Amino acid sequence: MKRLFCALWLGLVATLTHAADAPRRVVSLGGPLTEIIYALNAGDRLVGVDASSLYPPAATRLPQVGYYRAFSVEGVAALNPDLILATDQAGPPAALKQLQSLGKRVIVLPGDATLDALEQRVHGVAQALGLKDDGGKMVAQIRQQIAPLQGKAGGLKTLLVMNRTGKLEGAGTDTTADAMLQLAGARNVLATQKGYKPLSAEAALLLAPQAIVTTSMSITASGGLDAFLALPGVAGTPAARAHRVVVMDDLLLLGFGPRLPEGLRTLQNGLLAPAS
Amino acid sequence: MSRGAALADTPARDVTVNKALCVFLALCAVLIVLVLVSSSQGAVRIPVTEVPDLLFGDLLSDEETLWRNVLMEVRLPRVLLAVVAGAGLTVTGTVMQALFRNPLAEPGLIGISSGGALGAVAAIVLGAPTLFWLAPAAFAGSLLATAACYALGRRHPGMSSLLLAGVAINVICGSLIGLFTYMATDTQLRSLTFWNMGSLAGATWQQLTLLGPWTLILCLLLLREWRGLNALLLGEREARHLGFAIEPLRRRLVVLVALIVGPLVAATGVIGFVGLVVPHLVRLSLGADHRWLLPNTVVAGAIALSLADWLARMVVIPAELPIGMVTSLIGGPFFLWMLTRRMR
Repeated sequence: MKRLFCALWLGLVATLTHAADAPRRVVSLGGPLTEIIYALNAGDRLVGVDASSLYPPAATRLPQVGYYRAFSVEGVAALNPDLILATDQAGPPAALKQLQSLGKRVIVLPGDATLDALEQRVHGVAQALGLKDDGGKMVAQIRQQIAPLQGKAGGLKTLLVMNRTGKLEGAGTDTTADAMLQLAGARNVLATQKGYKPLSAEAALLLAPQAIVTTSMSITASGGLDAFLALPGVAGTPAARAHRVVVMDDLLLLGFGPRLPEGLRTLQNGLLAPAS
Repeated sequence: MSRGAALADTPARDVTVNKALCVFLALCAVLIVLVLVSSSQGAVRIPVTEVPDLLFGDLLSDEETLWRNVLMEVRLPRVLLAVVAGAGLTVTGTVMQALFRNPLAEPGLIGISSGGALGAVAAIVLGAPTLFWLAPAAFAGSLLATAACYALGRRHPGMSSLLLAGVAINVICGSLIGLFTYMATDTQLRSLTFWNMGSLAGATWQQLTLLGPWTLILCLLLLREWRGLNALLLGEREARHLGFAIEPLRRRLVVLVALIVGPLVAATGVIGFVGLVVPHLVRLSLGADHRWLLPNTVVAGAIALSLADWLARMVVIPAELPIGMVTSLIGGPFFLWMLTRRMR
C-alpha cells in the first residue's frame, strides 16, 4: 500500500510539473474529499462520488459508483473522468491500479483522522484541481479556528458510543471518534481498547464517564433519546444522571473535513455545558 | 424412496448419448453467447462488433482506447473468472452430492469454504501484507480444514461421520472467524465483510493463468471418476459389491474437490448456492448418470455464475452488487422451492 501511495504521490508531483489544464470531470472516492471539493467551490466539476459522500446534500444527487472501499472500476471509467481523487482507504487495492492502467489520473490522499492528514488532504485536493492558493487559505483558516479550541475540555472523562446495529459499541483508540475527543481535550475512558467494540454495560458503569458523546443516527437506532438514556451501560453512569449527553450529526462529528472547527466547537460546547 | 434415488429426482430414464450431447452443445453455445454479451455490456458500453477490431486492430480514437483498456484490463479477466469459478464450484457440488448421497450437499459441507474464509480472515486480522498473503492463507485454511475433517471422519467408516466432522469443523471455523472479527479494527472489518460477500472484481490475468488451467485439469480428473460416482449413488455396500474400492475413491474425490475449491475461495471469497442449485437443474433434464451429468454441470455452472456476474454489473450502474449477494438472492428462493417440491 505504501509503495502504491508513493507511486501515486510521485504521479501527483509529475502531473503538477506537467501543468496540465485544470481537470473538469472529477470523481471523488471518499466523503472527506468530496466535502473539501465543495468547500473549495469546485463541486460543479464533480461527475461522480462514492456512497460515503453524503455532505453537502448536493453530492448525493451525483452518480454513485458504490462504497469507496469496494467501488466499481467500470462505473468510474464510464463517467469518463479526467481526475480521480481517492483516500488511501479506497479499494479494493487492485481497483486503483486498474484505473491507472485505463490511463486515468488517480491521486491518493491520506485518509486518517489527524490534523496533519486533513491538511494534506486539503492541499492535495486543491493542487489537483489547480486551486493551490485556495487550499492554502483553507488550511490556514482551519488552523486558526482550531488553535483556541484545542484541549479546552480539561480531561473530562468521556465515553463515545455508537449504535449502528442495535447494540452499543464503544469507541477505543485508533478511531476518528477518539481523535475528536483528544482534540477537544476530553479523556476517552475506553483508551485501553482499540477500535469499536461492543460496550459492556458493567465496564461502562465501572468507568463512570462524566459525559457521553454519540451521534444522531445512533440515537435514532436506539429508538430516541429517552430509550438511549435507559440502555444498560448508559443508565446509571454519572453522565446519564447529569444528562451530559452530547448528540451530534454523524458527519459533523466524524467527518474530519473542512467543518472540523465547527464540529470541535459543537463537541466542546456540549461537553462543557452546565449539567442540567 | 432411497436417498440415492432421491438424487435422481426424476423418473429413471435412459439418457441417450444423443440427448446428452445435444444438451452439452446447446449449453456451450449459450455460454459462448453469454460471454460475448457479458464482455460487451457494463458501465462502459462496448459494441460487440468493435471487439475484434479492439483486440487486433490499430487503435483510432480515445474512446476506443478506453474501450480496449476496459475490456482487456477489467472486464475480460472478470468474465473469464466467473466462467472458471462457476464451473469449479458446480462440478464439485455435483460430486459432493453423490459422495454424501444427499442433494443438499455442497463443498461448504466439509469445511472447505469456512476453512478458506478462516485462513483469509486470519491473514487480514493478523496484519499480513494483505494481498500477497490472502490467497495462500485461504488456500491453506481450506486444505487444513478438509484434511482435519477427513482425518476425523475416517475413524468410523461411512459417510455420516465425515458429515458430522464437517459440521464440527464448520462450527469451529465459524467461531474462530467470530473471534477474529472481534479482534479486528474498523478497517480490517470492512475488508472482512467485503471478502465474505464474494467478489469477482479483483480478477487479474495473473490470477487467471494460474486458476484457469489448474481448475480445468482438476475438473477433467473429476470427470474421469463418473463410474465410481454412479456406484456411490447406489450405496456403499452395493458399490463394494460392484468391485469399487470405496475408501481410496472417496479420498480421491475429497482431495480433488478441496484442490479445486480452495484456490477459488481464495480468489473470489465465498460464493454460495451455485454448487447447490445448478447440479439439480442439470439432473432434472439429464437424470443422475454422472457420465453425462458431470460435463454438463461444468458448462451449466459457468453459465450460472457468468449470468449472476452480468446481473451484478448491470443492475445498479455505475455501482455494482457483490456477486455472493446475487447468487444468494436467486439461489435462496430456488433452494426453498426445491425443498418444497421434494416434500410433496
